[in-house]
Amino acid sequence: MHLVYPAVLAALLFCTGLYGVLARRNAILVLMSVELMLNAVNLNLVAFDVWLRDELHAGQALTLFTIAIAAAEIGIGLAIVLQVHRNRGTADVDRLRDLRDDAPDAGSDTERADREEKAEAAA
Amino acid sequence: MSTTTTAVLVPLLPFLGAVAGLLTGRRAPGFVRPLAVLPTLAAAVLAAVVAWRQGGGDAIDAAGRLTPTGSVPIDLALHLDGFAVLVALLVGVVATCVQLYSTAYLRDDPRYPSYAALVSLFTAAMLLVVYSGDLMVLLVGWEIMGICSYFLVGHYWETEAARSASLKAFLVTKLGDVPFLIGILALAADAGTFRINGILTAVTSGGIDHPTLIALLLLAGVAGKSAQFPLHTWLPDAMAGPTPVSALIHAATMVAAGVYFVARLLPLFAASTAALVVLAVMAAVTMVGSGLAALAQDDIKRVLAYSTVGQLGYMTGALAVGDRDAAVFHLVSHGAFKALLFLGAGVIIHAAGTNSLAAMARTGGLAKRIPDAYWTMTVALLALAAIPPFSGFFSKEAVLGAAEHAASGDAKGIPGAAGWLVLAAGLLTALLTAAYATRLWLMAFRGTGPEAADHGKQPAAMNTVLWILFVPTLALGLAAWKLPDWFDGGSLTPTLTTSVLSTGCALAGAIVMYAAWRRTAALAARTPLGAVAADPDAAPYVSEEESIATHEAAYGDIAAAPDPADPGRALLGPLHRHAAAGFHLDAVYSALFVRPTRAAARLARFLDREVVETYVRGTAGAPRLLGEAVRRAQTGNVQTYLSALFAGAVVLAVAAVLVANGA
Amino acid sequence: MTGTGTATLAASTAAHGFLSPTGVEIVFLLVGLVTLGAAVVTVTTKQLVHAALWLVVALGGLAVEYLLLTAEFIAWVQVLIYVGSVVVLLLFGLMLTKAPIGRSPDADSGNRWAALGVAVAAAAALVWVVADAFRTTWIGLDGDAPQGTTKVSGEILFRHWVLPFEALSVLLLAALVGAIVLSRKRGKEEKR
Repeated sequence: MHLVYPAVLAALLFCTGLYGVLARRNAILVLMSVELMLNAVNLNLVAFDVWLRDELHAGQALTLFTIAIAAAEIGIGLAIVLQVHRNRGTADVDRLRDLRDDAPDAGSDTERADREEKAEAAA
Repeated sequence: MSTTTTAVLVPLLPFLGAVAGLLTGRRAPGFVRPLAVLPTLAAAVLAAVVAWRQGGGDAIDAAGRLTPTGSVPIDLALHLDGFAVLVALLVGVVATCVQLYSTAYLRDDPRYPSYAALVSLFTAAMLLVVYSGDLMVLLVGWEIMGICSYFLVGHYWETEAARSASLKAFLVTKLGDVPFLIGILALAADAGTFRINGILTAVTSGGIDHPTLIALLLLAGVAGKSAQFPLHTWLPDAMAGPTPVSALIHAATMVAAGVYFVARLLPLFAASTAALVVLAVMAAVTMVGSGLAALAQDDIKRVLAYSTVGQLGYMTGALAVGDRDAAVFHLVSHGAFKALLFLGAGVIIHAAGTNSLAAMARTGGLAKRIPDAYWTMTVALLALAAIPPFSGFFSKEAVLGAAEHAASGDAKGIPGAAGWLVLAAGLLTALLTAAYATRLWLMAFRGTGPEAADHGKQPAAMNTVLWILFVPTLALGLAAWKLPDWFDGGSLTPTLTTSVLSTGCALAGAIVMYAAWRRTAALAARTPLGAVAADPDAAPYVSEEESIATHEAAYGDIAAAPDPADPGRALLGPLHRHAAAGFHLDAVYSALFVRPTRAAARLARFLDREVVETYVRGTAGAPRLLGEAVRRAQTGNVQTYLSALFAGAVVLAVAAVLVANGA
Repeated sequence: MTGTGTATLAASTAAHGFLSPTGVEIVFLLVGLVTLGAAVVTVTTKQLVHAALWLVVALGGLAVEYLLLTAEFIAWVQVLIYVGSVVVLLLFGLMLTKAPIGRSPDADSGNRWAALGVAVAAAAALVWVVADAFRTTWIGLDGDAPQGTTKVSGEILFRHWVLPFEALSVLLLAALVGAIVLSRKRGKEEKR
């Protein structure tokens, strides 16, 4: 069998997963896409292991490890998503924007408004 | 103690007194007065000793060199000839008188310690200038005098007039000092030395390549320091300083430094006919213009200031006709009687509570209140007007005689035109001088109206000083027969022609002024005018400060008063307005220098605010805009970040592959 | 290893062309197409539960590919863990986050076109590089020794990789504990 077939399939699967990670809104769908990317890597590992006829079968061993780690990742990931959903009422990735840098003008506007209110209260 | 050591001590003692006064003045107020008076007195006594030892013989020269200073060496040199020792004696005596007078005049002034120290420092600097045999050392004293003058004119810095006057005095004299310094350097470059003796040797052997240029450059400094046209405008304004300062600096000594300097270097100036003609024109314009301006002034001290300018014009006139004996003779006698006049004016201002002649003309009995000032000032005014037999007559006669000598073509190397110019201007000025001296005397002492308030007897220190200075005023004329031994040896005795002419002019001026006064004095009662100081019983300086501060508010002008009873106004007619303003020279300066400078300042301000600042703002604004742009990218959306990350990774991977394949 | 690779490469260049595929290759291609299609539907469908189900198809397809590559143990592990547990976990997650049943129009975020661009670029770059590099590489599947039987895997796993294997078990334990801690409700705060 040509090595090109599994390698190209792996590449395409990886890119599909990449698209999913970047484009999906629901965090669980993002996790699914991550699984796709991991599996693409696994396919690569297995194919190259077979081709190289490695004595230690490092590729297969690594694939098993990846699967295990992926299982752990999905567990932790889901726990985090559930926690976020419980706290925020949403699991949409693009609505979790606490790291956004707010425009400073808005802040100063409110401060000015606060000052005016205080001045009025004082008057 | 050798003569040289004594001479070194003369400038050194007041200097040490000044340093000690500045250091201890605040902590030990009891020492301030002795520290002010005693070193100056000692310097005066030592100057007398030096003068006696020198005795009009050959010049004594002593020089020491501290360290080599480059191409042209600078020596700490003394040059003691008849001119130096006599002028030093005058400076010492007048400075002592002024220090004594100041102890009473500024008795409660909180700034008296620094004032006295500055006067001492000034005295030291003037003595240094007089004794110095090296132009650079002379320049040091010259500049110290300038800065002391600045501080002392601004002594009443609470008043606007004093502040601006001190700045003006400093700037105008500096305007002359810059060409002066260039001239000294050019002179040293030509002669190869700063020593005055060496320079004079170079002049006689024709070693100076550009005598006219150097002489004109030096003349600029002389005009600034000696208040000659066109740099005289600072002197009348400098009257905003305390009266003793006016007496010492702006009448007797500092302004004489320029004349003294030219006298020292006269052979250099005589080498250039152009310089002599310029000097003569300068002297003539100064004499006549200041005489007219003095007629129109209302402030008694400004009258005296313009009179000083005019008398300095006589001295420069004498120099222009190549007779330094006459110039220095007039310098000495003028120093004595003008110091007396100023100190007397201080007494008058205190007694009358005003510095305005118009107000004094409406006060009766001022002469009875201050008999000492009355008698001494009367004699001093007679000397100023050159009425025989007082000192001013003889010294002025010497000047006019020299001018007549030059005009008749007897003087070697002196252009006859300069002689005629000085003679004509001198005679006209004699008339004007007598006129304004008479006006001052009549308005100050012959006023009619309410009696002057009695503030008690004037302080003894002030009256004593007046009588001390009265002696030379009265008798210095007799020195005309003795002085040629000390000087170059030319005759200083009056000649018949000029005596008759000038005395006639003076008498004519006095009589015309008296007649005018008889006609206008009656008007004084009809136009009430005048303001007197609020604190008549305070120390004299308080009256003066108050009258300076209020003169413009009370009389509408810093120089003149709208007084129809003023005989000067009646005589001058339409000219009065211009004369009062000093012939608008200040306005010319304002148009020539002040306004362009202000415009340049505005331009610089505009360039700084609008152009330079734009770049500064730009350097701040560009990162700010960039920051705004980058902030847009900071959306908080993790997927956007990841997209950018992966895109970058792809680009890097492709680049790596291409590089690895050697593309 | 390199020697073997070059030998295989030299042998395969003459023997195998793309125009005369073997039977295994045909099956691999067909299953690969199904897998890729399922994966694409997974990341594009607007029905969230359907996405999870299509993921099952994709992962199952991959398991078949493993079989075709003679890695049978990996294939069974794939079926067991992914299809059996991971997808079930994901479905639980969907349910617990109250994911809507049916079409949800906002399944894709606004980042979609950028994502598409990045993905296509990455795909083009990767496929180009991979195809360029392994154009002529041949895998001898019907070789002398079996490559991925359970026996072989067990031997290498417990002979050569035993330490990483144990470390992995610790990691799994940690993940287990972490997940429980994270998803546990905090009693006190809830009461407040």
